[in-house]
Amino acid sequence: MSAMILFLVVIAAIIAWWLAGQGLMAKPWLEVGSIGAASAGDHHAGSPRLPAQKIGLGVFLAVVGALFTLFVSAYLMRVSTQDWWTTPVPRLLYVNTGILFASSLCLQRAATQAARGRLEGLRTALLAGLATALAFVTGQVFAWRQLVAAGYTLSDDAAASFFYVISGLHGLHILGGMVALARAVRFAGREQAVSPRLRLGVELCAVYWHFMLAVWLVLLALFAGWAGSVVEFCRQLIT
Amino acid sequence: MVDASHDGNDVITPAAVEDVELYHPHSWWTRYVFSQDAKVIAIQYACTAIAIGLVALVLSWLMRIQLAFPGALPFIDADRYYQFITMHGMIMVIYLLTALFLGGFGNYLIPLMVGARDMVFPYANMLSYWLYLLAVLVLVASFFTPGGPTGAGWTLYPPQAILSNTPGGEWGIILMLVSLIIFVIGFTMGGLNYVVTVLQGRTRGMTLMRLPLTVWGIFTATVMALLAFPALFVACVMMLFDRMAGTSFFMPAIVEMGEQLKHGGGSPIMFQHLFWFFGHPEVYIVALPAFGIVSDLISTHARKNIFGYRMMVWAIVIIGALSFVVWAHHMYVSGMNPYFGYFFATTTLIIAVPTAIKVYNWALTLWRGNIHLTLPMLFSLAFIVTFVNGGLTGLFLGNVVVDVPLSDTMFVVAHFHMVMGVAPILVIFGAIYHWYPKVTGRMLNEAMGQLHFWITFLGAYLIFFPMHYVGLVGVPRRYYEIGETSFVPASVHDLNVFITVVALIVGAAQMLFLFNLVWSLRHGREAGGNPWRATTLEWQTPQTPPVHGNWGKELPIVYRWAYDYSVPGAAEDFIPQNQPGTLGVTREAVA
Amino acid sequence: MAVVLVLVVIAVGSVLFHLLSPWWWTPIASNWSYIDHTLVITFWITGVVFVAVVLFLAYCVWRFRHDPGRRAAYEPENRRLEGGLAAGTALGVVAMLAPGLFVWHQFITVPPDAAQVEVVGQQWLWSFRLPGADGKLGRAETRDVSPDNALGIDKADASGLDDIVIEGGELHLPVGKPVKVLLRSIDVLHNFYVPEFRAKMDMIPGMVTYFWLTPTRTGTFDILCAELCGVGHSLMRGTVVVDSEADYQTWLAEQPTFTQLQAQAEPVGTPVPAEIAQAPGER
Repeated sequence: MSAMILFLVVIAAIIAWWLAGQGLMAKPWLEVGSIGAASAGDHHAGSPRLPAQKIGLGVFLAVVGALFTLFVSAYLMRVSTQDWWTTPVPRLLYVNTGILFASSLCLQRAATQAARGRLEGLRTALLAGLATALAFVTGQVFAWRQLVAAGYTLSDDAAASFFYVISGLHGLHILGGMVALARAVRFAGREQAVSPRLRLGVELCAVYWHFMLAVWLVLLALFAGWAGSVVEFCRQLIT
Repeated sequence: MVDASHDGNDVITPAAVEDVELYHPHSWWTRYVFSQDAKVIAIQYACTAIAIGLVALVLSWLMRIQLAFPGALPFIDADRYYQFITMHGMIMVIYLLTALFLGGFGNYLIPLMVGARDMVFPYANMLSYWLYLLAVLVLVASFFTPGGPTGAGWTLYPPQAILSNTPGGEWGIILMLVSLIIFVIGFTMGGLNYVVTVLQGRTRGMTLMRLPLTVWGIFTATVMALLAFPALFVACVMMLFDRMAGTSFFMPAIVEMGEQLKHGGGSPIMFQHLFWFFGHPEVYIVALPAFGIVSDLISTHARKNIFGYRMMVWAIVIIGALSFVVWAHHMYVSGMNPYFGYFFATTTLIIAVPTAIKVYNWALTLWRGNIHLTLPMLFSLAFIVTFVNGGLTGLFLGNVVVDVPLSDTMFVVAHFHMVMGVAPILVIFGAIYHWYPKVTGRMLNEAMGQLHFWITFLGAYLIFFPMHYVGLVGVPRRYYEIGETSFVPASVHDLNVFITVVALIVGAAQMLFLFNLVWSLRHGREAGGNPWRATTLEWQTPQTPPVHGNWGKELPIVYRWAYDYSVPGAAEDFIPQNQPGTLGVTREAVA
Repeated sequence: MAVVLVLVVIAVGSVLFHLLSPWWWTPIASNWSYIDHTLVITFWITGVVFVAVVLFLAYCVWRFRHDPGRRAAYEPENRRLEGGLAAGTALGVVAMLAPGLFVWHQFITVPPDAAQVEVVGQQWLWSFRLPGADGKLGRAETRDVSPDNALGIDKADASGLDDIVIEGGELHLPVGKPVKVLLRSIDVLHNFYVPEFRAKMDMIPGMVTYFWLTPTRTGTFDILCAELCGVGHSLMRGTVVVDSEADYQTWLAEQPTFTQLQAQAEPVGTPVPAEIAQAPGER
């Protein structure tokens, strides 16, 4: 569980940093009548307020992060037992990684196009993002088929079991993101100019994509055994 | 920022009208069934949770009857007994307590208490309830499948949980895992709402340190739940693969009834780590909202500000953080690395300190108070007694070596029922007596309430206090029947009969409570907007019950903390949070 | 004022119940009386806190109950009082934790001269294995379990051949000698639980867990399973007999070794599969 503890430490640090700015040492019974400066709901305060959707996505990504970290923790716990051998990583995975990277770039471009109000560029970038994401998921399915053909089936091999389940869950998250992305594509197709809602939606998609790319890179490192030294380190922590 | 520099006498401009952002229902269906109003969703959550909780209550009756009068009900064989145990535990912990505190009270109280019109993502909030209902229905469906529900114990420890000779090994376990997965997804949608609403939906002037402790408790519990439930999700997904696809995440080489199974290499301990990484925070996910609510009940009904508000807030946050590093105290005798014992015993006992501080502060709030012995106050007192009792026995089980003889005995059963069964449920009752007037506009019947209180409180104590001693004798938990056992004296059996009889009475008393809930809807005394003369925002709504959007045209503005009771020099013994004016000078003198 | 009365009755009654009720732990039969002492310390500390808190509540309710003419005091906080209470609590926690960790250290530190005994759990039966003349237990694997080798002893490992195997019978232990109990399961989780020994530990398929003890008095004790292991959980019983050294040696000499068991099984064992193979054909 050391990976998960590490993740929690990061989350705890973020929460502590946020709480530090919230006047937790104040004596509220002495502050009658005044509106505290740290009021989040204060629309008149003049400070730019993050939209609720962005905060919501941030919290959601923390949950998704916890989910994948727990899988990584389980993987590391399993690696440290005796009868463990790593499954070879199909070459195709590296191609897929490149595609996902491209997809992330497309969405980053979409976000900048939206910020500049360029609807045409936004549409192109969004469609490219959607197409590359679809290509990534398809590529993952082919990678699975290659592995199965090579004899690494779901139930026979522990490392393969982890690979199928974790990469499958990652793929499901990409598919879920594609639903949101498809909505943004539809809005972009309908609208005459970039509305604030569309812009926000595109920004959220971009953040989500970058996050899922980061998760995938960690997972790939894990499956490819690059994380071997990290695993060794964690094992020392456990024992 | 601009206003903050002014002194309190200045008139503050009203908050913006945000009504346009709300989704307004157009038909009966969208108003009462597929509603996006947090208050309706709260009631839906509460009703579903109570309904499924009743099933679990009946199951506990059946188990107690079997323990006291073995064989009295012929249909309870060992299979059924273990199925009842499993479903009782799982329903009570997850589908009743978690759903009721967060989905029920969280949905109703957070927007009202922070001065918001609704949750920030009403649509996701609605989906959250419907997924919860689906999870409940899948769970209930397992009662009607061939083989019945799973009988693996609520902890679902593999390998036993997914072996074919375990009760419900055919369909029950699959439906259980699927139901939990749906629950976690649904809860995440709701949980995002509760967190972001507290972060972003607070009205003007509502700083974090002006939040009622109820909101602090539910907010912290939700943050914890969002980080802890993924562990349950991961464990369930992996176990589902083990059961359905023949993987070996948790399954080592096994000989089941003389036959070698195909599994191999998996680790049952890994499941326990994942399960308790969720399971221990879960205890506090249930406890923290109860802590918060009971703080507000005590303060309101003792007409005194909660003692040591800041310490109470810090304690909630510290407990929330610590509860993530104590999980393995459920695993002292699980065969894990014994050196973990030092660490987890230490963290577990450290958590007793902030918890004890909360207890002291509740008691000190009563000190020199003006105590109205209303039903919410009675339930709060009962909560303190049972919580202190259950919390103290937790020190036995948390202290690694003391846990060794006591683990897996009835002592454990008595402990966790006292601390996370009886105590939080007493708070739920107190909270329902307290907020029912706001939800319905009418008071609950006092006479029925008194009867309900005394039977429930005394009965629950009489059930679970002696049960510790059954465990001390050495009777293990989860025994279909203790049978002939040399170290168990016959008198233990008499005690078992006593416990069962009391349990039946306490269970029956809950029917009185349900009747009161329905009866008072029409016949209860009219409550008015603020029957308890409370300070927090939910009592200051223009209508009672509050309508969709909560606040009419203008959002309330908050000028003070949530506990201005019996302020020296004030005309009334309470000052609502949204009442302007300063009394700062007098206070400085007093404080 | 019924509340005040009830609160006092709860505080006093709980203490009286604790002192007067006949329900207490079974007389100890191992060296773990330290655990009992720690438990008693915990009872005292927690008991004092419980009585103090409940009586304080009762006093508050009695003294500060609602009175129309009176107003509650206004006291947001009192840092010194809160700090003092927190420090006192911390002290109480240390008083429980320190002896607890000290005894835990003993509990997990197996003396080097401890004899080894293996307990194997399966649904719903206890089996035991003692090292033979060589004083060593042979390797064993769940994979090697077969009808004539219920414990899965590795036949290739010479040190396992003289092991003494007791399937479903009584376990005997000599009094006064430390024993390291190695725990194995071949199917689900079990837990080797003898109330008089105080110690217990889960048995996990695929792992070997352990605890140690020194039996301190002779007698016959029940073995129970303390981890839910299926419908037969409450029926999974066994017996452990603590003998004097002489009785133990007598008993030990009567027990068959793994090799002897294998030899017995051969003549009976070989035809059995043949009969089973024929059976479907005959039907």
